[in-house]
Amino acid sequence: MTTVGHAHRAAVVVPMYNEGQVIQGVVRELLGSFTTVICVDDGSRDDSAMAARAAGALVVPHPTNLGQGAALETGIRFALTLSHVDYVVTFDADGQHDVADAVAMVERAHAHDVQVVLGSRFLNASQHVPAMRRALLRAATQFTRRTTGLELTDAHNGLRVLRRDAASAVRLRLHGMSHASEILTVLARGGFTVEEHPVTIHYTDYSRAKGQRGYNALNILFELAVNRLRPAS
Amino acid sequence: MIIKVLLIGALAVAAYVVLHGRLSALNLLLRRALMLLTVAGGVLAVLFPDMVTRVAHVTGVGRGADLLLYVACIAFLFTIISLHLRLAALRDQYVELARHIAIVQADRSPSDDRAHLAGASTTSEPQ
Repeated sequence: MTTVGHAHRAAVVVPMYNEGQVIQGVVRELLGSFTTVICVDDGSRDDSAMAARAAGALVVPHPTNLGQGAALETGIRFALTLSHVDYVVTFDADGQHDVADAVAMVERAHAHDVQVVLGSRFLNASQHVPAMRRALLRAATQFTRRTTGLELTDAHNGLRVLRRDAASAVRLRLHGMSHASEILTVLARGGFTVEEHPVTIHYTDYSRAKGQRGYNALNILFELAVNRLRPAS
Repeated sequence: MIIKVLLIGALAVAAYVVLHGRLSALNLLLRRALMLLTVAGGVLAVLFPDMVTRVAHVTGVGRGADLLLYVACIAFLFTIISLHLRLAALRDQYVELARHIAIVQADRSPSDDRAHLAGASTTSEPQ
């Protein structure tokens, strides 16, 4: 693929934590379509940073492990310091996303003039999602619809496109894994225009092993509940 | 049963503080006042042990020792909450600090215009 359309005005933010095995492939694939790939190394103990740099990514190294939400926010803020960046794409490091989806989402954001495009695996009819994952994600989505008022079909998808103005608004207080819902809350509060785009998730053994445990949903629920009761700051 | 009202009231305040999640200046004043009261009360309780028992009876508690236990539990709870909130605030600051370091140390790209950023400005290397 070559850089046509608006992909060259986008920066892809990839938060990574001990992803040395796969990060090189993910970065290479991204660089086939995007010019700027930012890997936020969240204090990895392996050679993730070197591998990402060798593959051509800009590495932003957290001095210690701060959590995926924090890494995402760091990457977004760094991306916004680059003047050619109009769109920030968030992309998971474990290779579960499809680069073509990311490109299509940037084009969609531009064509439809929307501030946010979120990936949804459930809009994609051919997508196979493991049964347990599906049930859990359905519950999370219902919860998100109620709390944010956004009519979404997939609440926990790491593939997102944020236009510069929306990306500037992302300030997260939950630094750990609850950020997926928190980002949606931020976007809903900011009144941004949001669309969903069907995407494919590749469930590999690697991404499954790196994925969250189902019971962590309860932790997330608790964090979000407490966070909601607190006044926004 | 005055003690029941007092204990439930204290627990309700504890729940509110956790949910509200912020230590205000009033909070600080209250904590300092409570600290002084605790010291003064402690001295009095040591000098006049009977007084604790009398206060216990007035509030509807059987023994002075029981009253002390209740008060200690509530004090412990508030200590933990206040430490928890302070740790959370420290963590936010620490994340912000680490993030700043990360951005300063980040790889540079050709179109880099971080010079506009305060703080991250002039740690330049030849490109």
